[in-house]
Amino acid sequence: MLELKNISYSAEGKQGILKNITLTIEDKKFVVITGPNGGGKSTLAKIIAGIEKPQSGQILLDGEDITSLSITERAKAGISFAFQQPVRFKGVTVKDLITLASGQQLSTETACQYLSEVGLCARDYIDREVNASLSGGELKRIEIATVLARKTKVSLFDEPEAGIDLWSFKNLIDVFEKMHEEIQGSIVIISHQERILNIADKIIVLSNGEILKEGTKQAVLPSLLNVSEGCRFMKEENR
Amino acid sequence: MNAVLKSLLEQVSDLHDIPAGAYNIRNNGHSEGRNSTENIQIKGKTDGKSGIDIIVKANTKNEFVHIPALITEGGINDLVYNDFYIGENADVTIVAGCGVHNCSDEASMHEGIHRFFLAKNAKVKYLEKHIGEGDGKGERIINPQTHIFAEENSYMEMDTVQLKGVDSTNRVSTAKLAEGATLVIKEKIMTHGNQTAETSFEVELDGKGSSANLISRSVAKESSKQIFRSIINGNADCYGHSECDAIIMDSGVVAAIPEITANHLDATLIHEAAIGKIAGDQLTKLMTLGLTEKEAEQQIINGFLK
Repeated sequence: MLELKNISYSAEGKQGILKNITLTIEDKKFVVITGPNGGGKSTLAKIIAGIEKPQSGQILLDGEDITSLSITERAKAGISFAFQQPVRFKGVTVKDLITLASGQQLSTETACQYLSEVGLCARDYIDREVNASLSGGELKRIEIATVLARKTKVSLFDEPEAGIDLWSFKNLIDVFEKMHEEIQGSIVIISHQERILNIADKIIVLSNGEILKEGTKQAVLPSLLNVSEGCRFMKEENR
Repeated sequence: MNAVLKSLLEQVSDLHDIPAGAYNIRNNGHSEGRNSTENIQIKGKTDGKSGIDIIVKANTKNEFVHIPALITEGGINDLVYNDFYIGENADVTIVAGCGVHNCSDEASMHEGIHRFFLAKNAKVKYLEKHIGEGDGKGERIINPQTHIFAEENSYMEMDTVQLKGVDSTNRVSTAKLAEGATLVIKEKIMTHGNQTAETSFEVELDGKGSSANLISRSVAKESSKQIFRSIINGNADCYGHSECDAIIMDSGVVAAIPEITANHLDATLIHEAAIGKIAGDQLTKLMTLGLTEKEAEQQIINGFLK
């Protein structure tokens, strides 16, 4: 179980990116964090992964305080993080990266399985370098595969759908559903996609650094969809 | 062969023992052993210079030549001239490489001047690995020169690697390419401490359809300094590309000085250079996979120089 208690974060020149956030992510739960751009979602994920340090508050993993742990220590404690913008490496192959992620020597066959799961024809990719020759969508899927290979207690994904084409989107949903079934840990996804929100056990709406709403999809989703209707209404009114 | 020599030989040419096929092993300026084969003749120079001629018969296919040069003492100043004559349609791999093991306080230096004469349609893969070792204060200096004369439709690929222990190196490579000839050079260099490495390429693309691709990847750590110079002259309808990619760490310094000149309307010449420290997000990504910062750095460099 992951608990955030009274987390606040300000950056230089921008106060109140996160304001006193308290939330709990239970084991085996599929949690989606959504909300407008600039609302603090990515910052929250980076704080969980240890990439950013909050000015105040506490983070507990299975009751243990991990607030002062480094990125590496948190990774070892069981937190994985798929970046919104995956990083490119000259010379490091897809297999190297998946092997590093799994933390053990992998056979080509096992490494290929992770790639197949994210919809990449493994044979074509396994020996390729994670460099500029890969498209944004390909990188994104490899990024997701690195998290699959880690099999940790908490898996964080920052907008996994960004850059993934419509054709592959169904496949992505399948990946998360399968992960949800198999993995013992919890999954936290930052997303704007209705279809991802639709498979959530819990939705958290983060806006302007605060939690606006939190609850089951039945409780939260209808009100979210209303927002867009409201916009349409405003447009009509402006005519 | 003593243990030091054996270990050096293994490091520069992956040989565990005397190789099969044609070879010449040079140690402290003298030949330690030599073998010619039916297709590949190796003979000592007769013009008074120290060195060998390597003559590969036309149509020789898939044969190897090993010519490691080793220095295992301090105060040695070894200058060698090796000339390679590759016959028409031959296809051979040449493994050179130089190791300097210096436990003394006197500098040791190896200067290898290699000339390659590739006849029509000849194909050569040339592998060169340089290392320095030993705990003396004496410098380990390796200054290789490679001069390539490539006739019609010949192909030469040169892989050159220097990853540790060489205090100072000045590497000069020149090439003249005739019609349809191709040259590929891949260079990998890592320097540390107060080491210096200077690389100069000068390529004349003289023939129609000739092409050259020079790729240099390097890492400069601590207070080491590197200079990469490349000159490509496109004198015909040709293609030339050079690329210098460098990672700097600590107080390392890298300079890239490219020069491309199109002397012909149909010459296509490109130069790319990128120098910078390891990107912070690369380290962060690997740390989120459970690597420490040091381990992440090592992985990134290993990949980069692979």
